[in-house]
Amino acid sequence: MEKISFEVNGKPVSVDVHPFSRLLDVLRNELELTGTKEGCGEGECGACSVFIDGILTNSCLVPIAQVQNCKVETIENIATDNTLHTVQKAFIETGGAQCGICTPGMIMATINILRSYPKANDDEIREGLAGNFCRCTGYTKIIDAVKKSIEERKDESVSS
Amino acid sequence: MRAYLPKYNLTTASSLQQALQMIGDNKRPIAGGTDLMVLFESGHLAPGEYVNIHNLPDLQGIEVNDDYITIGALTTYSQLRRHKIIQEEFPCICEAAKVTGGIAIQNRGTIGGNIANASPAADTPPALLIYDAELKIVSTTGEKIIAYENFHTGYKQMQLAANELIQHVRLPRKNKHNLHYYRKVGTRKAQAISKLCMAGIADFTPQKITQVKIALASVAPTVIRCRQTEAYFHEKQYAQIDICEAKRILQTEIAAIDDLRSTKEYRIQVACNLIQEFFNLITEENHE
Repeated sequence: MEKISFEVNGKPVSVDVHPFSRLLDVLRNELELTGTKEGCGEGECGACSVFIDGILTNSCLVPIAQVQNCKVETIENIATDNTLHTVQKAFIETGGAQCGICTPGMIMATINILRSYPKANDDEIREGLAGNFCRCTGYTKIIDAVKKSIEERKDESVSS
Repeated sequence: MRAYLPKYNLTTASSLQQALQMIGDNKRPIAGGTDLMVLFESGHLAPGEYVNIHNLPDLQGIEVNDDYITIGALTTYSQLRRHKIIQEEFPCICEAAKVTGGIAIQNRGTIGGNIANASPAADTPPALLIYDAELKIVSTTGEKIIAYENFHTGYKQMQLAANELIQHVRLPRKNKHNLHYYRKVGTRKAQAISKLCMAGIADFTPQKITQVKIALASVAPTVIRCRQTEAYFHEKQYAQIDICEAKRILQTEIAAIDDLRSTKEYRIQVACNLIQEFFNLITEENHE
């Protein structure tokens, strides 16, 4: 066991865990942040996507020792108080969220697209979502959600 | 079956020197984790002591001088893709980085890890081969520079002792080429590991091809330079080139096999098709 200190959603945390524990498991089991989902556990599906120091990352592939002193941002930080983020609203309004397992990762990937390419074209959208799998929507409605998010262009509420 | 945590330990190194001492003590390095954590989760990572090298400044950064671009082993695919000089002078490396995994993998996976993982199906190594990459290898007892072409010696075998780390990859900037060609053939652009990929560069005049360099992945136990196929094109006028002969030579150089991603026959056919496409691009480019 080792004490690992880092920041989650703006708050400093310290956990006493095995240094090889996956960030995903620490978020879900130690910090009770269960919004981040586990799909494949091997970096293929993107359901566990979080930001580490502002960089989109699969939390299933990160041993907790590697986030010492880092800033982690999870899906729980995307809405502000009781107000949903533009991207979350867009997913609801377009039917981009169905069963919900991929949705937190899809939303993180979408926010990453908005940060990287504020006026993303179709190719940039598809590339930005290529690491996230959905087995419900057929992707069309998710791409609609991203396009709607770009149109709304209200990304100011996203921290880091 | 998940890994049983008590069988593992992970210590974070605070400097390159400390990391080298630790791996000299039989600890194994872990960087971006995009290969090792997959093995870990499925219970296939060898139990034991590991050293976290992910944040070591001595292995990071891209430096450029007149002769070389030096790419730290911890450079991620995302950093490779975004680098202006790499985009301009070594575009096949950017192309390879773009088709490796998805964005989140590109943000985490490192070039040094990709090399040391020694997959014959890796997407970036063919690009490194055609640009005559060299590796700087360090240990507590010294350092050496070796040509990347000589680094992989067999399936998952390489000139990297247990106490050594790759510090950086170095690419000579002296050559400017007429054409850069990179193509990954896989089930989809992102995420899927390729069935085959090829990188090529060509120098030519209106009269003849002066030289080409060709490297392929997924057709042999390691990624390979196709020296004999290259030699066929060397200093040859266009009318003298019989592309069917080039394909015959190529087939003698590769050792494709059936595996979970593709078949021997498919790979041989596609390798020949890619040589054809590469040659067609040279002639098209020449006519413009």
